[in-house]
Amino acid sequence: MSLLKIESLSLAIHGLKILDDVSMEVAPGRILGVIGESGSGKSITAFSVLQLLPGGAECTGRITLCGKDMLSLKEAELCAMRGREVGMVFQEPMTALNPLKTIGDQVAETILIHERVSKAEAMMRAAEALRRAELPVEKFPLSRYPHELSGGQRQRVVIAMAIALKPKLLIADEPTTALDVTTQAQILNLLRRLVEEDEMGLMLISHDLAVVADLADDLVIMKTGEVVEYGPAKKLFRNFQHPYSKALLAASGHVPAREAQARDVPLLQVREVVRDYTGHSHGWWGKTTLTRAVDKVSFEIRRGESLGLVGESGCGKSTLTRAILGLEDVQSGEILFDGLPVFTHHHANVAVRRRMQVVFQDPYGSFNPRWKVDRLITEPFHLMDKPPTGAARAAAIAEALESVGLTAGDADKYIHEFSGGQRQRIAIARALIIKPDLIILDEAVSALDVSVRAQVLDLLANLSDRFGLTYLFISHDLSVVRSITDRVLVMKSGRIVEEGPTADVFDNPQHSYTQQLVAAAPVLPADVVTAH
Amino acid sequence: MMGAFLHSRTLLPGAVLTLVFTFAALISLVWVPYDITVLDIANRMKSPNWTHPFGTDQFGRDILSMIMEGARTSIAVALVAVGIGMIIGVPLGLAAAARKGGLLDEVIMRANDLVFAFPSLLIAVMITAVFGASALNAIIAIGIFNIPVFARLTRGAALSLWNREYILAARVAGKGPARISLEHILPNVANLLIVQGTIQFSLGILAEAGLSYVGLGAQPPIASWGRMLADSQTMISLAPHLALFPGLAILLTVLGLNLLGDGLRDILDPRLRRART
Amino acid sequence: MLQYFLKRLLSLGLSLVAASVVIFLALEVVPGDPAAYMLGLNAQEDTLAALREELGLGGSIAERYFSWAGGLLTGDFGTSYTYRTPVAGMIADRLWVSLPLALYALTVSTLIAFPAGIWAASRRGSGADASVMGVTQLGIAIPNFWFAMLMVLVLAIQLRWFSAGGFPGWEAGFLAGMKALTLPAIALALPQASILTRVMRSSLLDTLGEDFIRTARAKGLTRSQALWRHAVRNALIPVLTILGLQFSFLLAGAIIIENVFFLPGLGRLVFQSISARDLIVVESVVMLLVFAVIMVNFAVDMAYAWVDPRLRRRR
Repeated sequence: MSLLKIESLSLAIHGLKILDDVSMEVAPGRILGVIGESGSGKSITAFSVLQLLPGGAECTGRITLCGKDMLSLKEAELCAMRGREVGMVFQEPMTALNPLKTIGDQVAETILIHERVSKAEAMMRAAEALRRAELPVEKFPLSRYPHELSGGQRQRVVIAMAIALKPKLLIADEPTTALDVTTQAQILNLLRRLVEEDEMGLMLISHDLAVVADLADDLVIMKTGEVVEYGPAKKLFRNFQHPYSKALLAASGHVPAREAQARDVPLLQVREVVRDYTGHSHGWWGKTTLTRAVDKVSFEIRRGESLGLVGESGCGKSTLTRAILGLEDVQSGEILFDGLPVFTHHHANVAVRRRMQVVFQDPYGSFNPRWKVDRLITEPFHLMDKPPTGAARAAAIAEALESVGLTAGDADKYIHEFSGGQRQRIAIARALIIKPDLIILDEAVSALDVSVRAQVLDLLANLSDRFGLTYLFISHDLSVVRSITDRVLVMKSGRIVEEGPTADVFDNPQHSYTQQLVAAAPVLPADVVTAH
Repeated sequence: MMGAFLHSRTLLPGAVLTLVFTFAALISLVWVPYDITVLDIANRMKSPNWTHPFGTDQFGRDILSMIMEGARTSIAVALVAVGIGMIIGVPLGLAAAARKGGLLDEVIMRANDLVFAFPSLLIAVMITAVFGASALNAIIAIGIFNIPVFARLTRGAALSLWNREYILAARVAGKGPARISLEHILPNVANLLIVQGTIQFSLGILAEAGLSYVGLGAQPPIASWGRMLADSQTMISLAPHLALFPGLAILLTVLGLNLLGDGLRDILDPRLRRART
Repeated sequence: MLQYFLKRLLSLGLSLVAASVVIFLALEVVPGDPAAYMLGLNAQEDTLAALREELGLGGSIAERYFSWAGGLLTGDFGTSYTYRTPVAGMIADRLWVSLPLALYALTVSTLIAFPAGIWAASRRGSGADASVMGVTQLGIAIPNFWFAMLMVLVLAIQLRWFSAGGFPGWEAGFLAGMKALTLPAIALALPQASILTRVMRSSLLDTLGEDFIRTARAKGLTRSQALWRHAVRNALIPVLTILGLQFSFLLAGAIIIENVFFLPGLGRLVFQSISARDLIVVESVVMLLVFAVIMVNFAVDMAYAWVDPRLRRRR
């Protein structure tokens, strides 16, 4: 007896076709993993189940939930189903809660909407739901406000709200994408436990095959609004039929081909660097707080190598990056590039800075939307004493664009004409154009779809081979770091807790935090990867 | 873009209204139907007719001519006041955002708040009390109040941009805050400033009218819509047309500018338009 | 919360001091010799000397400022040169007209704007929404004093429902006083209400697009439940800002409107004083009005903290 049955669902919004003939099922106590890249329609399928669609949306087909056809219900009946028979957890925990209401009120609201109980009883049941979500009321009183909780904690509140009435189906739309690796593992475990305890059906949506590999009983792969593959997870993982699924699996586990050319000559040396932030609570005359973002960090990057830096949010890696790039001075310690200090008397050395460049995370925010590509990628020329002009400049632009797989003609376009993957290539071109020795990649592939990510990693490996580049590869994604780095540093609370050759550190972590990270990181089962 | 312009329900009517009054103002620089400094008592208080399309006032002056010259006054005052606000306010806002949290930022924000406590009317009162009433006083009073408006708007918009990664990329390329403010921040807030400029322009016209009405603005023989309304007050039941035309002129000009501003906002920054379920 | 309150209070104090310095400099230092200014060109030397003595112009600028500011704090606003009576008394009389007028207008405009804005936002894109937008578009563009004149023409002169102006005094009864203030309040409220309606509408539309509204709907709340229980309170925050900002315009508008209705308020006092070159009165009235604006903004800041718990405690 299936809990949720989607049959031949097609959806158009203002005439534009979004979903085409989508079908899938969820049975009680079973987890359905829905995988797709951006634009695949996975999220909107979930919203169709709840019928929380934008204006102008028209559905055809059938969605049967607990025996009722959702497409034929009236709004009042739908409201009765939402929250009671089906609960939903969303992607962004930071904005999913009303900032002006306490967590107790918000969880209790689910109960009060559907059942005639007193406020006191609803609050009691809310406390119970929060306890099940691992937020016990002794540590997290019901009078807390969302802004007093971390991302992971807020997501638990959202989960508590969704399961407060023990719904038969829970839909989780990328519930862990915005969270740290360790928190992600905890939330996924929580979901698994709730499914077992309540015999609930779970529809888990993600872009990450590895996240779903562990948990899912059944698997659906979606591409541009269609289902390309559907079946029991274990069977499917070993034997994908559709070329897209195969490509997706290959890309997820992709390791770019590199020649490790690390030499033993240190290029960048970081010695006992300390970076403190003096914050002021309540404006410039309030109490002064001192936060140590980077605490006596020392390491070196050798010429030609690819060094990884992993850590979760708040560990200090962004601060360290800015210090290395010469954007912020440090309180004590020194940073030497090829023997020369990055900072002299609180001023960054231009001669040093022009030998380092950076590629950022957000392909959409890293470019001025009003500039053309040629102006965008030549911005680093500002660091040169005599930037090339005229024909030399055009040649430099063409060379940079061609190295990253684009054409010289692209220089004349605006950035909005390019896709996410292409933009990252342009960002790499911008980093390459003044021929630096070191490129810092700050979560440079984290925002890309899996298939695009594989291509960009290939490009990076290829460029490092061709030009002898040295990389500092910062990421929270251990599988990516594993595939492209020679050595790795693990950072926590401003300190380096472990360091060593990548394979060693990940296969045999010594420090407890590294062990925690490695254990929490979602991985594709070994036999799946080798089978392909 | 032309298509959007012609089909817009706000931009086209707004532009038309604004242009009508701007033309009236410009034409009045070289020609008006009747000389408003000449009194023609014999023809006083005439209702609208063929020789005087808007009628005449209690001194026999042609209302249409006065409206045209009044357009000049209103537009000139409001325009220069917006100019003052922008030229001083925008750089202040940019500077404050570039050094957020620093002393400069704090000083600029406090100064802003201080000026905000003085509505243009009060500034005009103070200036007039010391220097006497004139159109220049109106310009200064309205202009001073415009400064924190633009400073606060620019600072707010700039702050949200400073967090973007392309600003960080510019810093990695070695650019300092001043250069970044000019090359990256300013062009990306320009649209917002243009829209606000039209709004402040329309508010300036209302402010000028209010100031002239109470006698703090342009003095005779300079024509002003607000003063025309003041003069018409005692005779309103006898000759309503004296109050009708200046008031309508103000209404239509301000309406036109507001519609123009709305239309510009839709065209220049479609993301600002509300698109909700 | 206490820390927030104290910080705002300090800010308030600093603003008042800064404003008083500005007013003092503008009206007592810039004219050069206030006595000569007030008496005009043909003043005799001994009258000038006597006035200077009376105004305490002998001291340094700092001394004069502190004596003036000190006077303000004790309620001594000086003596009007033209009327030879204490300014405090004159202001108090007028205040009883201007202040109720401003509050009346504020109340009317809020009572209209909030429901209208919410109504328009909840029916976005419909005819009702379009008509609200149309009406408010006109409302913002109308000069309030002209609207007042038209109301006088139609409602007072032609229909005789209201008197054309004047104020009977509160001794004539509360209702009589309020009736006299009604047309002025409506004229003042029209543009205010129009602006507030639009701000309320757009703030609510923004809030309705936020993620937590989607969460609320997923819990089973109906559209209107989500609107009233979650969206409205959150949407109030930007509206409060505008309300505070608008108060200064409201005061300025009240000053002007009094002219249309011949109300014996602060407006008339200040304009007469300007004509009479009575700087002392002008100084005091401006200070009082600025004080009112600063106080209202302080109240708005406090209201923020009441509405938004994020401001109350340190993280």
